[in-house]
Amino acid sequence: MKAAVITFPGSNCDRDMHVGLQRATGIAPQSVWHKDTSIPEGLDLIAVPGGFSFGDYLRCGAIAARAPVMNAVVDFAKRGGLVLGVCNGFQILIEAGLLPGALMRNAGLKYVCKAQTLRVATHDSAFTAGLGDTATYAIAHHDGNYIADDEELARLMGEDRIAFTYEGNPNGSQMDIAGILSENRRVLGMMPHPERMNDPALGGTDGERFFNGLVGALETA
Amino acid sequence: MHNEPAISPDLIAAHGLNAEEYQRILDLIGREPSFTELGVFSAMWNEHCSYKSSKKWLRTLPTEGPQVICGPGENAGVVDIGDGQAVVFKMESHNHPSYIEPYQGAATGVGGILRDVFTMGARPIAAMNALSFGRVDHPKTRSLVNGVVEGVGGYGNAFGVPTVGGELRFHSAYDGNCLVNAFAAGLADADKIFYSAASGVGMPVVYLGAKTGRDGVGGATMASAEFDDTIEDKRPTVQVGDPFTEKRLMEATLELMATGAVISIQDMGAAGLTCSAVEMGDKGDLGVRLDLECVPVREENMTAYEMMLSESQERMLMVLRPEKEAVAKAVFDKWDLDFAIVGETIAEDRFLIMHNGEVKADLPLKALSGTAPEYDRPWVETPAAAPVGDVAEVDVAEALLTLVGSANYGSRAWVWQQYDTTVMADTVRVPGADAGVVRVHGTPKALAFTSDVTPRYCRANPFEGGKQAVAEAYRNLCATGATPLATTDNLNFGNPEKPEIMGQLVGCIKGIGEAVAALDMPIVSGNVSLYNETDGSGILPTPTIGAVGLLPTLDALIATAPTDGDTLVLIGETTGHLGQSALLAELLNREDGDAPTVNLTAERAHGELVRAAHAAGLVSAAHDLSDGGLALAATDMALAGNIGVTLDGSGTGWWFGEDQARYLIATTDADALVTMAQAAGLPVAIIGKAGGDAVTLGTTSVSLTALAEAHANALPARFG
Repeated sequence: MKAAVITFPGSNCDRDMHVGLQRATGIAPQSVWHKDTSIPEGLDLIAVPGGFSFGDYLRCGAIAARAPVMNAVVDFAKRGGLVLGVCNGFQILIEAGLLPGALMRNAGLKYVCKAQTLRVATHDSAFTAGLGDTATYAIAHHDGNYIADDEELARLMGEDRIAFTYEGNPNGSQMDIAGILSENRRVLGMMPHPERMNDPALGGTDGERFFNGLVGALETA
Repeated sequence: MHNEPAISPDLIAAHGLNAEEYQRILDLIGREPSFTELGVFSAMWNEHCSYKSSKKWLRTLPTEGPQVICGPGENAGVVDIGDGQAVVFKMESHNHPSYIEPYQGAATGVGGILRDVFTMGARPIAAMNALSFGRVDHPKTRSLVNGVVEGVGGYGNAFGVPTVGGELRFHSAYDGNCLVNAFAAGLADADKIFYSAASGVGMPVVYLGAKTGRDGVGGATMASAEFDDTIEDKRPTVQVGDPFTEKRLMEATLELMATGAVISIQDMGAAGLTCSAVEMGDKGDLGVRLDLECVPVREENMTAYEMMLSESQERMLMVLRPEKEAVAKAVFDKWDLDFAIVGETIAEDRFLIMHNGEVKADLPLKALSGTAPEYDRPWVETPAAAPVGDVAEVDVAEALLTLVGSANYGSRAWVWQQYDTTVMADTVRVPGADAGVVRVHGTPKALAFTSDVTPRYCRANPFEGGKQAVAEAYRNLCATGATPLATTDNLNFGNPEKPEIMGQLVGCIKGIGEAVAALDMPIVSGNVSLYNETDGSGILPTPTIGAVGLLPTLDALIATAPTDGDTLVLIGETTGHLGQSALLAELLNREDGDAPTVNLTAERAHGELVRAAHAAGLVSAAHDLSDGGLALAATDMALAGNIGVTLDGSGTGWWFGEDQARYLIATTDADALVTMAQAAGLPVAIIGKAGGDAVTLGTTSVSLTALAEAHANALPARFG
């Protein structure tokens, strides 16, 4: 699998994402700078990592979504490329219009960081095909409260595009949503961080399974 | 030098300089100082920057050892961790600003300490925060707690460093002065450490980072004064933090260092441009000329005085290799940060500040730091504490539930879940155990971090209290399986002009010195915060010790949770010392008696035993005994493993006494562990077992569910 990780100023999980992908693929992912206007040729996956891009000033992800590189990312997604957005990456993909809804301040108004168990709500995607029924990743966010209008929520449900839901809602998200898929099921946005739970020393290996599953799905595709 | 206030006694006093110090200035320069010069002296000679009250005593601290690459005097201490790598760390207070403006005060405290670390060429990998607040029901406490915790998180989370430890305490002595002690550690190659000493004449002095504003003008002077009812007026002296800029500044700085362009570097912290420029010149035996019209500013019509004293955050000063100027500028352009040549190094011993061609200050540079006043302040030894009064036998269940559910000893998860504890994906142990543990990225090694002090002990007996702070840090590292390496000290005290307060400072430093020598964990960096008083009432003496230990591999890591059927073994001697104990304070509202005595020989032997026993496969989990004694330690272990424990024994002193140098060990092979301890001549006893769903202390049993609930709710119920 040929992958790339985008770095925005303020990204702080880009290295973690590199490590997670490299462990699964055996190949160092390429680094893409936010000011780049194109992305490397022949990519299978673009990962948009967590952090506080542009300080989360204005609105989380809003400024990053307008960075020069994002036009190429949107084109890539429209051509059916795989795009993974984690945490701030999820916020950026929403702001870029690749995923519906919005991520509001956590209902408890506080940042929350802990290990979080999720239900894998669909296995029908390259990202989730290799997963079990539940997975434990880390959450670390202030603005992960997923919200969409009733029509949108009904569509997400009806099209089986809810990828993950929280077991014990930590942030007030509607329908306990932790991650969603795009219409073509090739773009995944999720608040939890699989890349922080990919080693027994870090408290779990569900994240390793996430990345291995993604590689496996691509190989059999 | 027009349009500037005339020098008057009131103006001098407002700069925190006394008559004697002003005379010193007159003698030094042979004329009346300009307004800007007065500001420069005030910045360099205040307590915060000059350590004028504490220097004499700080010099007595052991700071050397084979593991020490760089001790105190630079931005942070540097310690060898093998394989050509070093850990760079320091702890620093931001007490006064945090009380005035909790969110920004705490946030910029975190920002300042992170900057100290990456200025040395190290990427920050761990942070801790030791916080002290007033009593829970004081009207200000709730907003201070929420503001400070959000500020710490707001900055550290955005910057992207995991917060892996800290402390949180409540005591009425902090009602008018909270303490915010921020620790950061970073990782660097041992041969690529950057220092502040400038070298070479005519080298460009370069300003990097955020623009200069009027925020924080006079902050260091404010931080060296007591508070009174005019405190609200001091709000404009608190700086505003921007973690986004700091993150970019770090990336740009580390990238620039890798190009070989940097000769020397100094972050702009307290007293900003003044302190950083003087420091670089002084250490390099050079003069510095600054042209202030070149300084990037974000406000109009800033005067030389304001620019020199601004404490705007996220700024750096560097001396660059002139031939690398274009490379350096490209790096900073990439990160959209300001880069400006604002002066040069000069051969004469001179600090020359020009603004639009006008001389604003012209001072002997060496004298600014070298001749800063140093006081041998009068001090009186703290009188020996009276023996603890009678303590009637307590209801063990009630006492345990009270302690476990108290704000001081309940779960801290409510705080640390607001911090990013796992960013960088190397956190092996999050807060809540004896020490936080972070892997050294890409290696089998890991580092353990803890911060400790028991201020009640320090007040009753500064010497033993100082020893105990170090000993507890040592124990926390040993109970984690780490070999203690070195320490940083953050000394928070009241007004040093009072002999009894000065006596607390002297006593604690003596105790700390003795302990770090005996436990081989030298002080490599530190910070002193004095004048923590409001309306004449001082804080408890609070010398926070931050300590770092090394785990050669994660095999050395000791678990926190016992497993069903483990035998519980107590290492160390128990006399039932209840003076100044958590039990007295929380249950009986008493703070009497002496602090427990710390036997440093025993501390070292017992710590080494724990690590050796673990290496021999005889330890399934360990925990040190500290506040709340055996009862609280056993409960911590039970809660960590969600498994009951049953201990033998009786008596308030046995359960809640706070004798030092003790560990509770869970083991599957108690006989071998006992044999090993006895062979070393160390006190050891089999005292119980893990299993069931209750904490049973002699004849008293409390369900794990009740304890877990009291523990978990301790902070949310009060602050959530």
